[in-house]
Amino acid sequence: MADAVLHLEKLRKSFGALVVTDELTFDVMPRELHAVIGPNGAGKTTLINQISGLVAPDSGTILFAGRDITALPTHARAELGLARSFQVSSIVPGFSALENVALAVQSRAGSSFRVLGRAAAEAALNGPAMAALADVGLAERAHIPAGELAHGEKRALELAIALAMQPKLLLLDEPMAGTGREETARLVEVLRRLKGRFSVVLVEHDMTAVFALADRISVLICGRILASGTPAGVRADPRVVAAYLGDEME
Amino acid sequence: MIFAIAAVALDLLVGYGALISFGHAAFIGLGAYAVGILSVYGITDALVSLPVALAVSAAYALLTGVICLRTSGVYFIMITLAFGQMAFFTASSLAPFGGDDGLTIAARNTLAGFPLLRDERAFYYVVLFCLLGTYVFCRALVGSRFGRVVRGAKENPVRMATIGFDVYRFQLATYVIAGALAGLSGFLLANATEFVSPAYMSWQRSGELIVMVLLGGLGSLDGAIIGAAAYLLTEEWLSGFTEHWKVIFGPVLVLVVLFARGGLIGLASALVRRFARG
Repeated sequence: MADAVLHLEKLRKSFGALVVTDELTFDVMPRELHAVIGPNGAGKTTLINQISGLVAPDSGTILFAGRDITALPTHARAELGLARSFQVSSIVPGFSALENVALAVQSRAGSSFRVLGRAAAEAALNGPAMAALADVGLAERAHIPAGELAHGEKRALELAIALAMQPKLLLLDEPMAGTGREETARLVEVLRRLKGRFSVVLVEHDMTAVFALADRISVLICGRILASGTPAGVRADPRVVAAYLGDEME
Repeated sequence: MIFAIAAVALDLLVGYGALISFGHAAFIGLGAYAVGILSVYGITDALVSLPVALAVSAAYALLTGVICLRTSGVYFIMITLAFGQMAFFTASSLAPFGGDDGLTIAARNTLAGFPLLRDERAFYYVVLFCLLGTYVFCRALVGSRFGRVVRGAKENPVRMATIGFDVYRFQLATYVIAGALAGLSGFLLANATEFVSPAYMSWQRSGELIVMVLLGGLGSLDGAIIGAAAYLLTEEWLSGFTEHWKVIFGPVLVLVVLFARGGLIGLASALVRRFARG
């Protein structure tokens, strides 16, 4: 498909004898929220890692905005507009929440080899960073060291960092992992507001969240896409119910 | 004070970049040898020898950094050590320039023809000025956009890559800057002692620099200066009692590392806080 934001073609990755991504073909359309669900060990995080460049696939190609990025290093992909969040919060704990986000703004602004001037006082960096924090409801916690934020707030900060990069495509690896019911509801609300502004790949275990947000759902099992379609279509697919949703929907 | 400059430079690497270089003395030696070798050829003006000293040490940092920074952790320590020793043995085998015995410099450098550095007091102020300059430069660097990336990469390099920073390039730039600053201290050292020797580059010297930074407190540039002063004063003082002064110094260092994580500067600020509370 020519106009997809992201297109994976026959992607394959194995760790030793274990095939974690098996001839996977997958795409994301502009402004679409494409959710990937599947049991633990299905290869969801490995898939995200391959798209963001932390893990190199054995074969296959990754097209991003029409460009082959299979061999590009992680930072170059980020420069092209690919942002991600991590399943286990990956922040700079010693920096304040604002600084964490300002770093992402700075990355997009370029000129990070500037050695003069106090970065912490630059309005050009702090302004967009505050906006991103406000988007996820963290504006009041901006000056707290990121390491001291509550778990749910760290999850929101992950999201703010990714947003601050003004990405073309957002890869969200279990943004709700480990959050309580209330926090989950808040994050779903945040994502619902963001939907339509970005293209998103959402990996998530919380089925309520997935079915509330997704335009399209792909079910990943043992490195293969078992089924792909609208939330209603996937929910009704007997193979999916048998393989995965059956236990999850109890 | 001369060593404080090198210690501040090393703190930039170790304290802010988490790049533990065990070959930092090599850059001091290169700076010093630049002065020494140029003087053999009759070039004794600082306007030439200082830029050469900086350029040579920066170039060596660039060359070795390209390789060293491919590794990390213990491997990084070992490979910087290896490059340091390489410089040491190269200097030892430079027969035309004194080899093992080192090289005596006839006179201190002139500055644009003026014998400014030959006056002890003037020289002292020149060194002080260089130290202040280094300190202010590093302070600005750490707080800048560039410094923020380097500090971020220390804590979470993967995150830095995923938001679009080529961490390697930033670390390499830091390594070159730290190398050039050590070259500056080598330039001053050669002028202070009017002598250069391979001993300036030995791995013991690199170790001493790390001790200075640790003693003063990692990741605070003030700490590096205090650490250098404390180390050299303690050495002076203890070696007055016994030539085996390291027997006493070793345990003291262990205590500092164990009980005062922030080094002397951390200890001082903890005490200040306690007094402030009454």
